[in-house]
Amino acid sequence: MDGINGVQRMNSTIIDVENKDTLGSLRKFLGGLLESKFVEALLVPKLLPSGDGFVQSLIKDSKMLEGSNPIAPTMAVQSARILSELTTEPFNGRIGVVLKPCELRAAVELVKFLRVNLDNVVTICVDCPGTYEVADYAEMVQKDRELSPQAFLEGVSEGEIRPRKGYNFRECCQICEYPVPLNGDITIGLLGLDHSKEMLLMAGERFEKELAQKLSLELKEGNSANREKVIEKVTHKRRKRVKVIDELKERVNSIEKFMQTLSTCIRCHNCMNVCPICYCKECVFKSAVFEHRSEQFLNWADRKGAIRMPGDTLIFHVTRMSHMATSCVGCGMCDSACPSDLPISSLFSLIGSELQEMFEYVPGRDAAEEPPVSVFKEDELQTETGSE
Amino acid sequence: MQEFEPRIVAFLCNWCTYTGADLAGTSRLQYPPNIRIVRLMCTGAVDTIYVLKALIEGADGVLIGGCHPGDCHYQTGNYKVRRRITILKKILNRLGYDEDRVWLRWISASEGKLFADTTIQMVEELKKKGPNPIKQLWMV
Repeated sequence: MDGINGVQRMNSTIIDVENKDTLGSLRKFLGGLLESKFVEALLVPKLLPSGDGFVQSLIKDSKMLEGSNPIAPTMAVQSARILSELTTEPFNGRIGVVLKPCELRAAVELVKFLRVNLDNVVTICVDCPGTYEVADYAEMVQKDRELSPQAFLEGVSEGEIRPRKGYNFRECCQICEYPVPLNGDITIGLLGLDHSKEMLLMAGERFEKELAQKLSLELKEGNSANREKVIEKVTHKRRKRVKVIDELKERVNSIEKFMQTLSTCIRCHNCMNVCPICYCKECVFKSAVFEHRSEQFLNWADRKGAIRMPGDTLIFHVTRMSHMATSCVGCGMCDSACPSDLPISSLFSLIGSELQEMFEYVPGRDAAEEPPVSVFKEDELQTETGSE
Repeated sequence: MQEFEPRIVAFLCNWCTYTGADLAGTSRLQYPPNIRIVRLMCTGAVDTIYVLKALIEGADGVLIGGCHPGDCHYQTGNYKVRRRITILKKILNRLGYDEDRVWLRWISASEGKLFADTTIQMVEELKKKGPNPIKQLWMV
C-alpha cells in the first residue's frame, strides 16, 4: 500500500480535454466504454428532467449518456446500496459503476459482508471535491439556471477548493480524509491537473490490459508530482476534522451530555436506513426484541417516575456504533437524512476513528482485509478480561 | 440509611462459567446474592445490545463469563465476544461512562472458587462506585 494516503499506485495515461469541456470529455470516455463493449451498462449520476439534481441511473444506450455527470456535486443516495441491490444475484456481462471515493469504500466494506459482489463490476471513480446537500444544490440551480456543472470544478487544479458563495459543503465532506479513490478499477484524477486541458486516467491491475486494448490507450508507470502535492494540500486543509472531532468530544463526555446532544432525536431510524454499512436484512431494531407489552412500559414508567416515549434512543445509537463504527466510511448519509440535524456522522467519525486505529483498520482500503468485528487474534486484548 | 446493594446481571456460558457457578453452589461456597444469572450457550451470543439494555434497565454492573481462551465449546465464541465487549467499553469510555461496570471474565467449569471470588470482588467494586447513573435517567 504505497502512495499518498494508501492510494494504490497505478499505471496511467493522460486524456485530453477538448474545448475546455471536462464534463463532455468524461462523457465521451464513458461512451467509449459502452461502445467498445468494455462494459454492457453504466451506472452513473444523470441530470433530473427538472434540472434540480442528479440521480444514479443504469444506462445501456450510450445516447442516454446525455446529462450524465460523473462529477455530480450531490450524493442523493449512497451508491454502495444500489450496488448491493444490483449484484445480489450473479449476472452475465459487466457493468461499469461511477462512484465517489466514499461510495467505493462503502462498496468494498459491503463486499466483506457479502452484500456486494464486484466480480462483474468495473468501479470507475473520479476525485471528489466535495458534495452539497440535495436541497442546497436544487436551490442553487433554481436561482441560476445558467450554472454550469463544470463550475463545481473551480479550484480543483490547484487544490484551492471553496464552496460556492452562500453555501457550504456537507459537513462530512468538510472533514473528509479521502478526496481521492483508494482502489478503483478506473480512477480519473482531476486534482493537480489543469482539467480544462487534461485528466489523468489510472487503471487498476484487474482490467488494465483489456482497457488499454479496447480503448487503444497507452498506460504507463508514473505519477504526477503536482497531483501528489495538491492531494496533500487538500487533505491538509481538512484538518478541520481534528477541531470538529475535538469539539464533539467535549459535547459528549458524559452520558447526560451525550443524551443532550441527541435529545431531539425522533428515533425515525433514518440514519440507519440510509447507512451503507448497516447491511443487516433483519435489523434487531425492527425485530420483536423492541416490541414490549403495555404493562412493561408502565412498569418502567413506575420505576423511574417517567420514561421518554418513544424510548430506546441511547441503546439505538450506542448499539449501532458498536455494530458498525469499525467499518464507517464517513459518507455522512446519516447526517443528510437526519430531520433533527444531529451530528451523527461526526459522532461516528469520533468513535470510528478510535476503534479503527485500535484494530489498525482502514475501512474500504482492501476487500481482502477482514472487518474487525468478524475476526480476532488469540493473543490480543488480554487486559480486557482482568489479566494484567 | 440502608447500604447500597448493587445489582449485577451476569451472562454466563453454559459450558464453563455457568457450570463453575453451579460448582460454587454445590461446594457450598458463599458469594453475595447480588447477581442475576442469564444462562447462554456461549458468550459469543452476547451482543452489546443486551449489555446496554441491562445497564439502562436497572443493573449496576454486567458480568460476562465464558471459557478460557482456547477452551470455547464452539471454538471461537469467547474471542469474538472479547472484541465486541472491548468495542463497547471503548465507546462507553468515550461517552464518559465508567466502563468498569462491565466485566468480562474467563472462569472454567472447575473454578467454582474463582466464580465466587469474582462475584465478591465485583460487588465490592460496585459498592464503591455507587448506583449506575444511567438507570435513573428518564430520558434514554
